[in-house]
Amino acid sequence: MVPTSNYLMLSAMLFVIGVVGVLIKRNPIIIFMCVELMLNAANLTFVALGRHFGQVNGQMYVIFALAVAAAEVSVGLGIIIAIFRSKETINIDEVNLMKL
Amino acid sequence: MTPLTPETIFFYVLATISVVAAMLMVSSQNPVRSALFLVLTFLCVAVFYVTLNAQFIAAVQVIVYAGAIMVLFLFVIMLLNLGAPQPERNRGNAQRNTAIVLSLILIGMLFGFGTMYVLPPSAPDALALASKLGTVEGIGANLYDPGQPWLFPFEITSILLLIAVIGAIIMAKRKI
Repeated sequence: MVPTSNYLMLSAMLFVIGVVGVLIKRNPIIIFMCVELMLNAANLTFVALGRHFGQVNGQMYVIFALAVAAAEVSVGLGIIIAIFRSKETINIDEVNLMKL
Repeated sequence: MTPLTPETIFFYVLATISVVAAMLMVSSQNPVRSALFLVLTFLCVAVFYVTLNAQFIAAVQVIVYAGAIMVLFLFVIMLLNLGAPQPERNRGNAQRNTAIVLSLILIGMLFGFGTMYVLPPSAPDALALASKLGTVEGIGANLYDPGQPWLFPFEITSILLLIAVIGAIIMAKRKI
């Protein structure tokens, strides 16, 4: 049996890769993908700790996180399409409408 | 260090694949390639769910994440014609370097605190119990059990999805 700490280390690595992607990429679609990766890393932690303590509650949280992720993606991609329609670009350096 | 059984070797191989695919996802210049590498990472995570006795979550991961969400991403990438690599405006490497340094600090903190905090050993019957919990039967019995706190959040989730549908239509439609 693989110990739980290995799963936690793997999920920490995936989460940090997602953080790096959010910070350095300029394409909002790829930033969204990195957010999905971070959500997946958190889900992996939930399931690993749920198995560790013999509880099903960790998997319940994963189901709800999954529903929220699906809702977030649909609205976020709608926003990206709306921005692209009005500005003809989605580079986040040029979309600075709300910058003071 | 854990002893090398076939199970742990399988875990290490799959973990390497998923981490390398995630890194290629971040470093790739082509959005379509990034999306496909992310699908590979999601599939590896689904296999991890199977090894963690969460069969239902693994199936949902493949269907919802690797299926629906990634198809939506690819659809938008191709709709907006972003498949070709974009010419990146050179803005200096300051933000990139700062991000990498901060991430190294973050992962160091995660690993450091992780080794400082010793996980309490799992109960002897926890693993035998966990092998029954992840099936469709176990998940459903827990989700719809009035004695458990999950029924109300489940209903709220349906409202959340309805709001997301309406929001997506309002955002993307030219004229309502």
